[in-house]
Amino acid sequence: MSKGRYGTFGGQYIPETLMNEIHALEEAYAKYKDDPDFNAELDTLLREYAGRPSLLYYAEKMTAALGGAKVYLKREDLNHTGSHKINNVLGQALLAKRMGKRRIIAETGAGQHGVATATAAALLDLECEIFMGREDTERQVLNVYRMELLGATVHPVDSGTKTLKDAVNETMREWVARTADTHYLLGSVMGPHPFPLIVRDFQSVISKEAREQILQLEGKLPAAVLACVGGGSNAMGMFFNFIPDAGVRLIGCEAAGLGVETPQNAATIANGSLGVFHGMKSYFCQDDQGQIAPVYSISAGLDYPGIGPEHAWLHDSGRAEYVPVTDEEAVAAFEFLAQTEGIICAIESAHAVAYARKLVPQIPKGESVILCLSGRGDKDVAAIARYRGVQVHE
Amino acid sequence: MSSSRIAKAFQNGKAFIAFLTGGDPTLAKSEEFIYEMIAGGADLIEIGVPFSDPIAEGEVIQRANLRALQAGATLPKLFDLVARVRQKSEIPLVFLTYLNPVFRYGYAAFFQKCREVGLDGVIIPDLPAEEQEEACVFARQEGVDVISLIAPTSAARVRKIAESATGFLYVVSSMGVTGVRGEISTNLAPMLQLARSVSGIPVAIGFGIGTPAQAHAMAQLADGAIVGSALVRLVEQHGEAAGAHLRRFVAEMKAAVSGGDESAAQVS
Repeated sequence: MSKGRYGTFGGQYIPETLMNEIHALEEAYAKYKDDPDFNAELDTLLREYAGRPSLLYYAEKMTAALGGAKVYLKREDLNHTGSHKINNVLGQALLAKRMGKRRIIAETGAGQHGVATATAAALLDLECEIFMGREDTERQVLNVYRMELLGATVHPVDSGTKTLKDAVNETMREWVARTADTHYLLGSVMGPHPFPLIVRDFQSVISKEAREQILQLEGKLPAAVLACVGGGSNAMGMFFNFIPDAGVRLIGCEAAGLGVETPQNAATIANGSLGVFHGMKSYFCQDDQGQIAPVYSISAGLDYPGIGPEHAWLHDSGRAEYVPVTDEEAVAAFEFLAQTEGIICAIESAHAVAYARKLVPQIPKGESVILCLSGRGDKDVAAIARYRGVQVHE
Repeated sequence: MSSSRIAKAFQNGKAFIAFLTGGDPTLAKSEEFIYEMIAGGADLIEIGVPFSDPIAEGEVIQRANLRALQAGATLPKLFDLVARVRQKSEIPLVFLTYLNPVFRYGYAAFFQKCREVGLDGVIIPDLPAEEQEEACVFARQEGVDVISLIAPTSAARVRKIAESATGFLYVVSSMGVTGVRGEISTNLAPMLQLARSVSGIPVAIGFGIGTPAQAHAMAQLADGAIVGSALVRLVEQHGEAAGAHLRRFVAEMKAAVSGGDESAAQVS
């Protein structure tokens, strides 16, 4: 079996044209990941530019409303650019520069990864091109303009379902055409090795901080940590340093769209099966002929038919649990958090809030739960209004 | 054990390898188009298995995949198609398929079925050398060739790839996805030389070849030329009436790859 495996999952299932470049990336990452200069530069950017460490906030009113364990929110929404995506983007952008690249390309769903990538490109003087499904450019008009303000070119993708999966296809096609000066800054713990490893490592700062913070605040580990899962980058970041802590439940919240029993969902663990796509062996929503299914979620960032290979392995090994959350539950949780805590979170993150509302009352008061608030929800306000039938002019 | 039919494709002068997407615009028409391309002089037919997300394809073949899927083409139906063609012709036949449909079918069942219907080989663009063994162990048992690809970026990898290659070596002419290009500027000669020093199997060049002049130039470097998008575009333009156009174009391309050196100067 080849490199980059989590059990049977992972691997490097990509065209021959990209293999040399993927190996160059592996070598560069192996060289720089423990390099003191590289890490000093990254740490400085994370602290002074992105605003790390992010707060671990005790959500007292939410705790009181749910009547169970204490709820802590890991506030990745307060990072510069408004989500956890910046953690990985700064790391990979620095790596790309070390590799001598002058251009970065990336896919985006909701636009959070695209905005973070365009931001890093502006800061680090890299050319930037973002691929985004046409449907997502319409759902997230403001993020498109934000990326353009930052100097990036945004390419709407008209192939397939015109969402995140197709944006990944198109970014891969662009990379196959041009690798010499171009790094594909992949945004989640997916794709061919070494991306799942690199993205997880750069996102693991979330649980590194959260673990220290909760021990300081509570003197003991939480009963559970929760995060939403599309490809799974904020969840891997939130889980990673808790994996050895067998008493901490790791819970990923998948997008169930209109319901796992309907065709309109993106719940890969609930409905997917083993397959090989986008460079990795993992679970995918697909039909019995191996055609990738057109998935759906109100959340553009979770609207993806696969899941990162390490999540697939955490699921199969029983270490992590994955639960489906519907659009309706996520929207209700979005409103709940706004009204109880005065925090407008991303609709992606609201999937984790929704499951917390079910889970927390079942966990005793002396315990705590950490919920990763992966992003802020400004980008979603118009869509939520539409969902509720309210007319707003952006 | 390698397919003897594939070896024969390269024994009739320089080979012309013709691609079409299976089931585009219908399964019945694909079968007819295959006979037309054989009549035109194709030495090997590559049948694309339509996939929802063909990441190595340009827009022309992407659209063909969509048409074929909408017309109901599936892997089992394409196996039936191959079986029908095989009853009438000994032309070498290979599938071009992404890995997931094969993986879902099951490697053992897939390669057994290939042998049963008389399919000689498989090209899997998202299965690089490092990952091939999980499929090749079954392919070898059934005597089906998994065709290896070499890209412009493969310089450091050619030796390893060529050593284990069977059937023929598929050399990707240039960076990027499939689709006709104005010119093919990659310097392929050193890569081909290295491949030939390691492996005795034939070498064919594909990606970007759309004109007789380009096909001729590529055939000077290699043992054959592979053409896909230019043929699929004819299907897109002429739909169910594409048969005669395909035959004529294949005949023109076969003549170009077979022709002597004199016309090569036009394209270099």
